[in-house]
Amino acid sequence: MTCTVFVPRDSTALALGADEVAAAIAAEAERRGIAVRIVRNGSRGMFWLEPLVEVATPQGRTAYGPVDAGDVASLFDAGFFDGGAHPLALGLTDALPWLQKQERVTFARVGITDPVSLADYEAHDGYAGLRRALAMAPAAIVQEVIESGLRGRGGAAFPTGVKWKTVLGAQAAQKYIVCNADEGDSGTFSDRMVMEDDPFMLIEGMTIAALAVGATRGYIYVRSEYPHAIATLNEAIANAAGAGYLGDDVLGSGKAFHLEVRKGAGSYVCGEETALLESLEGKRGIVRAKPPLPALSGLFGQPTVINNVISLASVPLILQKGAPFYRDLGQGRSRGTLPFQLAGNLKYGGLVEKAFGVTLRELLVDFGGGSASGRPLRAVQVGGPLGAYLPAARFDTPLDYEAFAAIGAAVGHGGIVAFDDTVDMAQQARYAMEFCAAESCGKCTPCRIGSTRGVEVMDRIIAGQDRPQQIHLLRDLCDLMLAGSLCAMGGMTPYPVLSALDNFPEDFGGADAAPDKKAA
Amino acid sequence: MQTPVTDIIRAHRDTPGAMLPILHAIQDSIGHIPDDAVPLIADALNVSRAEVHGVITYYDHFRRQPAARHVVRLCRAEACQARGAEALAGHVRQTLGCDFHATSADGTVTLEPVYCLGHCAVGPNIAIDDKPYARVSTARFDTLLQACGGER
Repeated sequence: MTCTVFVPRDSTALALGADEVAAAIAAEAERRGIAVRIVRNGSRGMFWLEPLVEVATPQGRTAYGPVDAGDVASLFDAGFFDGGAHPLALGLTDALPWLQKQERVTFARVGITDPVSLADYEAHDGYAGLRRALAMAPAAIVQEVIESGLRGRGGAAFPTGVKWKTVLGAQAAQKYIVCNADEGDSGTFSDRMVMEDDPFMLIEGMTIAALAVGATRGYIYVRSEYPHAIATLNEAIANAAGAGYLGDDVLGSGKAFHLEVRKGAGSYVCGEETALLESLEGKRGIVRAKPPLPALSGLFGQPTVINNVISLASVPLILQKGAPFYRDLGQGRSRGTLPFQLAGNLKYGGLVEKAFGVTLRELLVDFGGGSASGRPLRAVQVGGPLGAYLPAARFDTPLDYEAFAAIGAAVGHGGIVAFDDTVDMAQQARYAMEFCAAESCGKCTPCRIGSTRGVEVMDRIIAGQDRPQQIHLLRDLCDLMLAGSLCAMGGMTPYPVLSALDNFPEDFGGADAAPDKKAA
Repeated sequence: MQTPVTDIIRAHRDTPGAMLPILHAIQDSIGHIPDDAVPLIADALNVSRAEVHGVITYYDHFRRQPAARHVVRLCRAEACQARGAEALAGHVRQTLGCDFHATSADGTVTLEPVYCLGHCAVGPNIAIDDKPYARVSTARFDTLLQACGGER
């Protein structure tokens, strides 16, 4: 009898030694004369347990982790193919509370299937959404997405279906679907997981988008820092094309959709949609002024749907199960789920998909288990490098676009980076300005010059020179950047800076940091 | 002369938005983008040499000089900062005897900063020649560097 064992191929698992574990299992099985089938699945997103090895047993998949290559012989001795007892045994994977407490609707397959196996994808509801969409009129597909309440998951939270409607209504010989997979925010990895662990879901979502708006060509712009995602996507695209899911005649519908991966080149601002389009066209990634909207004049001047990976990956489910299924999750104007990414100094970091409305405390404590260092959590940055730093007093805020806007913060792409009490918030504020100075595209003055002046002002504040005056200057500068920048790079850098100043004034000289303190 | 470069340009020149695919292919093939490739690309894509130069120098990924045999990229972004990346960065600079964007004293390792490799729950993270490593302590870095040394 052949035993089936799952060893993830997700790059975080690889960074923790998954390839070495898979090789050790193959070698040990051969040495013992045991027939074994090793499936390289995606990651379940429980990164403190990676490499997480699962074995198929009659009771279900049983997990062991974190497994080192040196543990493999003892796992064989313990009879792990039958779910045998071992210090690393975790029991049935699906029964683990960390997974059970989630609402994994978009990430339903992630970690379960072989990411590049089309048969596996189809056996787990794959392409059910596309098959339904093929029987619908384009306007009906757009309406379904509008009614689902899906908003752009890249951070801007613009209603996805409304964007599609504009592209559908535009008249042009050529329209494009562009996937923004330039996931440059620190503390985010949900796009990477979709691309590496369930790429067909993204491909299917883009194909549905193409049917909905009448586009025949699509590009996935992936950052160069994600070589594994690029390789997996290319393999999946070839498999999908080979089976007729992409190409001149998608599933015999007479409709064409050609999809291609393009590699970025290490520019953070290319995550901004218009800079990304410039980069795709072969230019420097400089932000464009809007209007015109990309929906009307996007890639090569043609009407273009440009959406984040998670937005597009949510679409197959919405088409398969219908808008009400998705809309009934979440709260207020934040419908559906968000795959939150627990990162930084947390004991149990990883991917937690929950409906909107979960509180920061639930994520940080119930899922995250508090700090990895064992020290008190002092600050969390939500929404990437342009997101606000929040103190423990804000941990009961529900994650919902409007609730976060109300406290001067942003949910963004759902990345949550936790810091313990050794963090120096003045240094974090300086870093935010320094990052903006390094990554600014240079087109608008508030961002290009403001960030450099911001680093200088922060240096003087940290050095204790004229603090009240310098803090007044810093606020003034942030006000200018917020109101005067062309895009979110300069326009949101004030979020981490001002939130650090307002929530942690003690790191900026205490009373000197008070908002009402005017320059002498 | 420049056979790989001219072949690459010929293979990609009719691709829409060919500039980045050409630059990636050249760098992947010969390790950097030599200055004498610039006029060839400009000519093929019907843009100015300044435009090609502008694109090469805008993007951090592209290099105009060859790197050392090994490239170590160390994440300096927030999630890794929260897990001790700055202390690791100090150790790495001292061990290699060079700062970021430079090559080690013995000429075998180029050190580059990177702003997120996407393994943010298990930092500090580095990549050596595109192979990722997570939870890199100073001791682990030394071991990984030794392993590099074996094939220097």
